[in-house]
Amino acid sequence: MWKFFHQWASPPHFYRLAKVLIPWLAVPGLLLIAYGTYAGLFLASPDYQQGDAFRIIYVHVPSAYLSMMAYVFMAVGGGIGLIWRLKLAHAVGAAAAPLGAAFTFLALLTGSIWGRPMWGTWWEWGDPRLTSELILLFLYFGYMALRSSIDDTAKADKASAVLALVGVINVVIVHFSVVWWSSLHQGQTLFKKGGPGMDADMLYPLLAMILGFTFVFGALLARRLRTEVLYRERRTRWVRELVLTPGGGR
Amino acid sequence: MKPRQQRMLAVGLAAFGVAIAAALTLRAFDENMMFFIDISDVVAGEYPTERTFRIGGLVVDGSVHREEGSLDMTFRVTDMRCDLAVSYSGVLPDLFREGQGVVAHGRMAPDNVFVADKILAKHDENYMAPEVAESLAKHVEGKMTPLQEGGAECNQG
Repeated sequence: MWKFFHQWASPPHFYRLAKVLIPWLAVPGLLLIAYGTYAGLFLASPDYQQGDAFRIIYVHVPSAYLSMMAYVFMAVGGGIGLIWRLKLAHAVGAAAAPLGAAFTFLALLTGSIWGRPMWGTWWEWGDPRLTSELILLFLYFGYMALRSSIDDTAKADKASAVLALVGVINVVIVHFSVVWWSSLHQGQTLFKKGGPGMDADMLYPLLAMILGFTFVFGALLARRLRTEVLYRERRTRWVRELVLTPGGGR
Repeated sequence: MKPRQQRMLAVGLAAFGVAIAAALTLRAFDENMMFFIDISDVVAGEYPTERTFRIGGLVVDGSVHREEGSLDMTFRVTDMRCDLAVSYSGVLPDLFREGQGVVAHGRMAPDNVFVADKILAKHDENYMAPEVAESLAKHVEGKMTPLQEGGAECNQG
């Protein structure tokens, strides 16, 4: 079992595996997003209170969920990297951070655009959900800045893994902020007691978007990981052989 | 202990420590983490007197009164136990309507009226088609008990 795991996580093996994996993640992901976009914009009925404005959730909810998911990837990668000294685990954090930051930004942006007409404000300082999500964005920035400020990869891995692990508490706070404290942001719709508080024709496109975004995130992560692995292993023999073989670098 | 187990322990203890520290900090700042104060607390007199604050609740059905020819208006906000009069002058967000959630920012006037300088609408976690909402309202209408003015459970300070 350990042997299998170590072999799977060995950089050259992973480099080849990720290449096979990418289309299997990207194609279903894009198909799901295509269905979700069409069904969300044209098949789902308008909301009884918000009218058509609610349709922004088809981007907002998957982005917000992935903004937290990417951070968990980063923190778990950091933890595994620190404990088991797996090179690949640290690379996961390095590859996931910009993606997570992008999804966090998207969640904040779409939320703000929706909040202006619905709540009557672009942004409210002091709201626990809004503020903790903004802190999440700053944590990503801090993580990336810390990484790029240390030249030695091994040292950068360690320092940024500690930061990722410390910051993971904020993901918990983002998630429970609407439960623990009063907030302008509404409570949970999908996991509330007694089933999702949403009609089926609105719900299915949302689930498709969440799944589709996740697949595309997986494909992007695999793509970035390949680059990251190649860079980290640039002085090894397998990379040299890969590059020197005609067509092998692709 | 093997070095790997030592590292595992170190990471676990650090994560635990951070969780405890965060929990204690958040607990200490609990009051300040609240985006708004419940109506019951305000009616009971538990609100800051020397600064502005936010209240949150539902707009009482039929309580919205607008002054002819101006933006001045008054309405009542309830948390299903206590309710409070609010006066406001300005533009309202799209989602502001009777029976819906609202957050108002302002201060208490001496006559127990909350004078708001900003009104935000709060959306709940339910999404449905207009037809569904209509039929739901029909079924529920008979069963809803009318809100009591300063009901028995409401403790006034």
